[in-house]
Amino acid sequence: MKQLSVDHLLGIKNLKRQDIDLIFETANHFKEVINRPIKKVPSLRDITIANLFFENSTRTKLSFELAEKRLSADIINFSASQSSVKKGETLIDTVNNILSMKVDIVVMRHPNVGAGVFLSKHVDAKIINAGDGAHEHPTQALLDSYSIKEKLGTVKGKKVVIIGDILHSRVALSNIFALKLQGATVKVCGPTTLIPKHISSLGVSVETNLKKALEWCDVANVLRVQHERMDIKYFPSVREYTQLFGINKELLDSIGKEIVIMHPGPINRGVEITSDVADSSQSIILNQVENGVAIRMAVIYLLAQQIKK
Amino acid sequence: MAKKTLLNAKDIHIILHRLACQLIENHNDFSNTVLIGLQPRGVFLAKRLVDILKKDYNISNIKLGQLDITFYRDDFRRRTEPLEASNTEIDFIVEDKKVVFIDDVLFSGRSIRSALTAIQSFGRPESIELLVLVDRRFSRHLPIQPDYKGRQVDVINSEKVIVSWLENDKKDAVYISDN
Repeated sequence: MKQLSVDHLLGIKNLKRQDIDLIFETANHFKEVINRPIKKVPSLRDITIANLFFENSTRTKLSFELAEKRLSADIINFSASQSSVKKGETLIDTVNNILSMKVDIVVMRHPNVGAGVFLSKHVDAKIINAGDGAHEHPTQALLDSYSIKEKLGTVKGKKVVIIGDILHSRVALSNIFALKLQGATVKVCGPTTLIPKHISSLGVSVETNLKKALEWCDVANVLRVQHERMDIKYFPSVREYTQLFGINKELLDSIGKEIVIMHPGPINRGVEITSDVADSSQSIILNQVENGVAIRMAVIYLLAQQIKK
Repeated sequence: MAKKTLLNAKDIHIILHRLACQLIENHNDFSNTVLIGLQPRGVFLAKRLVDILKKDYNISNIKLGQLDITFYRDDFRRRTEPLEASNTEIDFIVEDKKVVFIDDVLFSGRSIRSALTAIQSFGRPESIELLVLVDRRFSRHLPIQPDYKGRQVDVINSEKVIVSWLENDKKDAVYISDN
């Protein structure tokens, strides 16, 4: 297969196994490209991409922008905080206005679940979901799996535990879909208040004891505690969370094997993970960032290929 | 599909040795020269030439790379079939080197145009030459001509020149097919 089976990247749930393989294969080529003295290819020089960020983002936005620039696309950037959204404009109006400027691809982050799906039904452009509420964040899950594959050779058969705030995390949901699709076994670990009730219906198991989860896994993907999404108190104090679910050097040393540590960023150092772990040789956090650019180049390139002249 | 043989294994053997000698004439011991096989099919020819230069002419230390031009093509989104990329492997410095591009068939010249752009991502070579096994005359879309050529042929545009290699296609031969 040389083409994606989908018209937009809205979530991992819509992807097939072959789509993930194709994205990874294409990303391999782009990873080589971004390590050249001149890190740019001219493929997308007649494509215009709008980055619409209705919610704050640092690395995802930078990563997408860099990926687009490396492919020679023209870019327009939009952040909700500086726009007419504050004046009451609807999502469709905002986007249609932007599309009248002849935009081919829209990369969107939005606080509402399903914003990407909604948009894909109403506007004539390729949509890439860069995170919609607590739903999906497909490119993050793809780069996470790609990084696991790069480190361990394969994702199939690996045991991955996702630790922390599963309830509010789009990274967790997309990761679960992506990992299961590639044949990994997935466990989630966190305070019961932050684990969705019916999570086992996705084919993952639940563990509330961090040490047991770490002893079981090959890879630990540590999530950020999302204070901004917590409308009520989900755990008594940050200190207690750190004591029960924070990963530190002593804990890792005590499990008697070397596991891979991942974190989608931004890190709350000293809360979910200590600095000596985040900066250790077991951590592939910075590889995830580098791979993010290659993965996003691959996704954009493959979707752009479907836009006919 | 009618297929006629343009070159057989013996013809190819002689041509490859001639091309190797022509390269030696211009590049001596290859100390300032790098060979770049163009993906996908030029790589077989490039490897063959390197083998001959090493075994039959005792030239060691030849630098051989492979370049994929997919992301530099001028027909992205203009084709019905999606493009498929191959690996690029250039693990030496290209800056100020004499580069020789190696490809199996020269047709419209568009692949070479893309390769000329692609190689710039690795530095500024002193010069670039082109070696091809088969040069299809009168079919160029761009002002690009080979510096070394195995055989020149006149075939009409609807005909296809197919190069088959022992290591990949079980036989050394060049065919012309009418489709």
